Amino acid sequence: MQDKTKETQALMDEGERVMNICNACRYCEGFCAVFPAMERRFSFASEDLRYLANLCHDCRECYYACQYAPPHEFKINVPKVLTRIRRQSYEEYTWPAGFARFFNHPVYMLFLSMVIIPMVFIIFGVMEHGIDGLMQVYTDDQGSFYQVMSHTQMVSVFGLIGLYVLLAFIMGWLKFKRDISHDGTKITGWQDMKQALKDILTMRYLGSSGDGCTYPDENQSLLRRNFHHFTFYGFMLCFAATSVATVYHYWLNYPAPYPLLSLPVILGTLGGIGLIIGPCGLLYLKKKRDKKPSDEIQSSSDTTLLLILLFISITGLLLMLLRETAWMGGLLLVHLGLVMGLFLSMPYGKFVHGIYRFGALLRFTSEGRKS
Amino acid sequence: MTSNPDYDVIVIGGGNAGMSAALTARECGASRVLVIEAAPEHSRGGNSRHVRNLRCMHDQALGVFQDSYLESEYWEDLLQVTGGRTNEDLARLTIRESEACFRWMMQQGVRFQPALGGTLQLSRTNAFFLGGGKALLNSYYRKAAAIGIDVIYESPVTGITIEDGKVQSVDVTKDGQVKTFQTRALVIASGGFQANIDWLREAWGPAADNFIIRGSPFDDGKVLRLLMDAGATITGDPDQCHAIAVDARAPKFDAGIVSRVDCVSLGIVVNQEAKRFYDEGEDFWPKRYAIWGRLIAAQPDQIAYAIIDAKSSGLYLPPLTPSIMGNSIEELAKALSLDPTTLKQTINSFNLAIEMGEFDHTILDNCHTSGLTPEKTHWARTIDSPPFMAYPLRPGITFTYMGVVVNEQARVMFNDNKLSPNIYAAGEIMAGNILGKGYLAGLGMTIGTTFGRISGREAASHAG
Ligand SMILES: Cc1cc2nc3c(=O)[nH]c(=O)nc-3n(C[C@H](O)[C@H](O)[C@H](O)COP(=O)(O)OP(=O)(O)OC[C@H]3O[C@@H](n4cnc5c(N)ncnc54)[C@H](O)[C@@H]3O)c2cc1C
Ligand code: SF4
Ligand code: SF4
Repeated sequence: MQDKTKETQALMDEGERVMNICNACRYCEGFCAVFPAMERRFSFASEDLRYLANLCHDCRECYYACQYAPPHEFKINVPKVLTRIRRQSYEEYTWPAGFARFFNHPVYMLFLSMVIIPMVFIIFGVMEHGIDGLMQVYTDDQGSFYQVMSHTQMVSVFGLIGLYVLLAFIMGWLKFKRDISHDGTKITGWQDMKQALKDILTMRYLGSSGDGCTYPDENQSLLRRNFHHFTFYGFMLCFAATSVATVYHYWLNYPAPYPLLSLPVILGTLGGIGLIIGPCGLLYLKKKRDKKPSDEIQSSSDTTLLLILLFISITGLLLMLLRETAWMGGLLLVHLGLVMGLFLSMPYGKFVHGIYRFGALLRFTSEGRKS
Repeated sequence: MTSNPDYDVIVIGGGNAGMSAALTARECGASRVLVIEAAPEHSRGGNSRHVRNLRCMHDQALGVFQDSYLESEYWEDLLQVTGGRTNEDLARLTIRESEACFRWMMQQGVRFQPALGGTLQLSRTNAFFLGGGKALLNSYYRKAAAIGIDVIYESPVTGITIEDGKVQSVDVTKDGQVKTFQTRALVIASGGFQANIDWLREAWGPAADNFIIRGSPFDDGKVLRLLMDAGATITGDPDQCHAIAVDARAPKFDAGIVSRVDCVSLGIVVNQEAKRFYDEGEDFWPKRYAIWGRLIAAQPDQIAYAIIDAKSSGLYLPPLTPSIMGNSIEELAKALSLDPTTLKQTINSFNLAIEMGEFDHTILDNCHTSGLTPEKTHWARTIDSPPFMAYPLRPGITFTYMGVVVNEQARVMFNDNKLSPNIYAAGEIMAGNILGKGYLAGLGMTIGTTFGRISGREAASHAG
């Protein structure tokens, strides 16, 4: 614990050193929100640094543009230090605090959500149906999925865990909010909310001046933004598919499985395709990326989330194609296991970046309006 | 010279002027172009790596500019800062070309941003590079690679064979090995000689040892010396340069913009004897900061201390290094190793001489001293609210002005007023033609780009 505090202090000291030099320089002002927000400050307490870190989307422009980048003796590497502080901020806001260590060890999370939990699902499945039972072929009319796991079971397990995840998010958000409004600035208001939401949905800053960011290397490219769009909107479409299905089930009394041309399946398929293209693209870029401005631990955390999403999508699409075959049972359990893995990893992995980035942009907008 | 030399155009120096020349030479049809750069790749581009803006004339709103900045006003500004020590033809050529330079830079992929926070006074006249000079250079080098320009790094030029004002070949020393490249035309864009302390000492005496060099350690003037030895005509005095007040604790070389200290006009500046020596409130800081390098160079041991009190904190651009603080004047004096009694006297008589008006740092206000030598004519406020803060100051040299004489085709002039048929110069190495003294923010880039493009064009046409 002692070591951890010392390590955090050293990180904050480095953040403060770097931001002080940037604040004397300001050449990168036009790249993103970090620099204008920095210029509104004369000192950089840990709270300020965590706020700035969550404004940074790691586009790396300021690294390649920096006249003081290593080996210059000032050794300025803004994306690297801000990524590390961002990771520290995720730990800081984690609820319950004990789980914060997952941010430092994303491999555990990967193992848990992609191996352990799907295995637990399979074991339960085998215990309940036996191997032969799981391999049985059902037609849609027989309500194939629910032969393996009843709707009530699904709803109660996922509903319960879903509520837990929601609670963890809310607690995290409250900690975050207290932290970044330590100086009394209010960060909620409709007008700002709209602007911040718009910035997020269009990934305004990742687009930079229209030519994208310097990722994976020093040449500008829109690939990262586009793949992120595939991932984000893919995720949202899948979420929409589930929501529509819930409405069908409870309000229209129309249970799954749905035909190929029904709304939930179309949404889910499109989303699934997005969740294959997006994560594959991002993983490919990640493999090619310049390591100098990167933080390796955060990078494996990113990879973890991408892999989970990718495999959920692959199993989901296979499930749709093979749902009337003997593969259905096993696939469904793996798929559900992965989804459960995603649920549990969400408050303790890369997923939280969306929440805190939104909050940081919110503060940025209200700050900007005031000054 | 062999009938088929290695290169059509060789450019010495890969800063703004050199890259402008190389890119333009290639655009104008030279097929084999080589840029020779002394620095390793990560610190390529000399002082250009530290720049932030370009001064650009415009008849109407243009890109990041609003309003207009006409040739006449630009010329007046230049005339004023140089006190007439300028070659009007070359100066006007530069001013007229500046708009084309701006557009050309954009074509090379250079991106601009509006004036940076804290520099609004430049928003009508200067375009700022998004990300600064290093980003500018990255765009140039990326374009150079795309259109097939050769670049060699860590390869200082150590010899030039010139016969009768005509270049034959260039010697480069890399890893102790000398390599010779023959060329049809040569563009020299190796910057000033400010990083050459021995040379500065010739002009300034031992004071030069206390100078801080704000830019690249590679701008050592060796190529300028080669040209002088070969009989090139020289313009400007060796002690003329752009020099500002920088934090004495900054690194000796390459600290760039961040070592500047911005609080001079808010307080007082004393020398080692704890005495004031110049009107700190003479004019707006951006108009005066460039005289303080020379002022401090004239003080004993080339050191001075800017002193402010708590009232001024937060009113100036944040510094590289925190201030030295004291809760009383004695404490501060001790921390600065100044004589406490004299410092107290200086501050007391300063405080007593103040005729307080309405303090406003954004205008030439009416807070001034009366009956003091020297007076402080604006922004004079008592220094009496602890904590007291100080920044030690040294002269920080930006670049030297002395260089080679060129004509409007950027051709270098040799003794007997003979223009070289195939040697051209651009950038700091010829800036003295236009800047005999003084400085206008952003003019260095304008001169470099204008003459870089002219020499590239002329060199290509000579080679072709
Ligand atoms: C901190 C700072 C801020 C500045 N800000 C501005 C600004 O905002 N706007 C502005 O207009 N001007 C500014 N200037 C001035 C500006 O930097 C110069 O006017 C301009 O960069 C000169 O360009 P150049 O290409 O002539 O020289 P440089 O950019 O210095 O390039 C010279 C090149 O020659 C190379 N070289 C030197 N000797 C040899 C050799 N023997 N062999 C091979 N290569 C060699 C060097 O490595 C270097 O790459 C600033 C200067 C400094 C130091
Ligand atoms: S990253 Fe480098 S160039 Fe950009 S503002 Fe910071 S110090 Fe200046
Ligand atoms: S990496 Fe990009 S987003 Fe982060 S501070 Fe630098 S320019 Fe801004």
